Amino acid sequence: MDYFFTEEQEMIRDLCRQIAEERIKPVRAELDEKEEFPSEIMKALAQADLFQIIIPEEYGGLGGGCLENCIAVEELSRACCGVSTSYAASFLGAYPMLLFGNEAQKEKYLPLIGSGEKLCAFALTESASGSDAASIQTEAKKDGDSYVLNGSKQWITNGGEAGVYTVIAITDRNKGARGATAFIVEADDPGFSIGKKEVKMGIRASATSELIFKDCRIPADRVLGKEGLGFVVAMRTFDKSRPGVGAQAVGVAQGALDEAAAFARVRKQFGKPIITFQAVAHMLADMAVDIEAARALVYAVARYVDSGAKDFSKVSAIAKVFPTDMAMRVTTNAVQVLGGHGYMREYPVEKMMRDAKILQIYEGTNQIQRNVIGQELNKEYGRKK
Amino acid sequence: MKIAVCIKQVPDTANVKLDPETHTLKREGVESIVNPFDLFALEAALRIKEAAGGEIVAITMGPPQAETVIKEAIGYGVDEGLLLSDRAFAGADTWATTAALAKAIEGLGEVDLVICGKQAVDGDTAQVGPGIAQRLGLPHVAFVKGFREIDDKHLVVERQMDDGYDVVDLPLPALMTVVREVGEPRPPSLKGKMRAKKYTVPMQGAVELGLDESQVGLAGSFTQVVKVFAPSHSGDRRMLEGSDEQMGAEVIDALVDTQVIMVGS
Repeated sequence: MDYFFTEEQEMIRDLCRQIAEERIKPVRAELDEKEEFPSEIMKALAQADLFQIIIPEEYGGLGGGCLENCIAVEELSRACCGVSTSYAASFLGAYPMLLFGNEAQKEKYLPLIGSGEKLCAFALTESASGSDAASIQTEAKKDGDSYVLNGSKQWITNGGEAGVYTVIAITDRNKGARGATAFIVEADDPGFSIGKKEVKMGIRASATSELIFKDCRIPADRVLGKEGLGFVVAMRTFDKSRPGVGAQAVGVAQGALDEAAAFARVRKQFGKPIITFQAVAHMLADMAVDIEAARALVYAVARYVDSGAKDFSKVSAIAKVFPTDMAMRVTTNAVQVLGGHGYMREYPVEKMMRDAKILQIYEGTNQIQRNVIGQELNKEYGRKK
Repeated sequence: MKIAVCIKQVPDTANVKLDPETHTLKREGVESIVNPFDLFALEAALRIKEAAGGEIVAITMGPPQAETVIKEAIGYGVDEGLLLSDRAFAGADTWATTAALAKAIEGLGEVDLVICGKQAVDGDTAQVGPGIAQRLGLPHVAFVKGFREIDDKHLVVERQMDDGYDVVDLPLPALMTVVREVGEPRPPSLKGKMRAKKYTVPMQGAVELGLDESQVGLAGSFTQVVKVFAPSHSGDRRMLEGSDEQMGAEVIDALVDTQVIMVGS
């Protein structure tokens, strides 16, 4: 399929594919086994300017949008979703600065993130606050020219690896959802430390850690937007980033189909390659149908977002739900096509199946996405009377 | 620091054709790549630039199509490129090649460091790097595998030897050839690739270099390739049996008998 990419977009795809083949595939099993952060790969991605993709040109970046991000993430995910999660999480942390940062904040942080000198991270989730984001407990109290943060964040991708964090904390408990504020926290801020690094089912090359704030004092000019905008910052960020999760799903699923189809052509039973049996061929065909539909959806939504559309929460959620549910099906079936081989860690598909599961959970569970879609439908059809 | 990197385009396939007259490789129409060893030279240059600052110029000599390897080098992050191309350069051996490359490097002005790959995978001579150093009157270290110190005035390099390595203090200006251990080549960068698309590769011929036709190409070469062939391996084979000592002694005897080794009295 030709999706009519620009020359620049093709370059991004080809370069990511090259890095995936040369740098990621040979080490993905080892990174997964050892739960090791892919520092060398992050360095290569930085040298290739891939952290510059969504950074505006005036800050040294390439000025790309959602589609460019999706193209890169898809190709990297095709080889390893743990690596692509570490890469994409840096953009997740950077989007709040892009969307709500003032000139001084953009000038200070975007070049550091774009060059890959510092990884970025986004911190909202807490132990008692997942889908119910408004229930976060981490507090930020204004004290003269600074804010003092107390509390902890849980399951933060790139926690401990990032140099810059976007942190959502409560500044006014009486204002409910309007009482949260987004802050920029630097890794060496006093009172900020990294807690437990989690052991996970999948995306094990990525680092997922607890962040601890104990009288963490930061200058008042680290507020993103203004006080009380914390949840707006978070929701706008997710609207931008969700098609990227869909792109991860397309990549993982494509990687699984690559393995399953290649295996089915060489695996012989009853004297014939198993791809010649209709039962297997139809499974592969369904995988291909699923993947192409999801890919077309992700690219279309990404292009819509990049067109300057204002209200895209619904389609952004759709571009996360469908591809990620699809990736779970496709990777599970890829294991089935490989049979006993697929269940063994010697083959990459069981890892893909473990990796795919997180895509239905993080950046808003697929149930929450359906809430978003449902609410939007309610609004739309309310207007249409 | 100003760094010149010499790179060569080599055929990407084993099925290359030979020119029946010159007995050299016919490069036109065969897909070409950057000589793999030269990618290590580019990587070394990029690392030295990261440490000491400066500018990198990639130079190649070849037919007009060789501009693609200069563009590839731009994609990796070198600052400028230069293609030496002239019908008169055809059939050059390593001597005539170094004549053109050395002149081109002189033409760049104050070059602090020249870096070459240890050898090209097509000719395998490993002569061009040291040859350029000789012509430019530069000290040179071949087979550099790593750096210990880098500054404007000198480099401390590790030179790979058969049994270990030497540590060499190399005053600049100088030339070095590098081996694989110097560092895995980085991927090209997006900004570099975009720049390469638009980059016009400057080209120089014998006249621009101030070389006489008798100094370059086949006319300027001392050697001529008469025949290229794969050596046959049709020698006799003997399998030995017995204890290690017995077989060892038999090997020594056989080598002495065939005068491969001489045993002193």
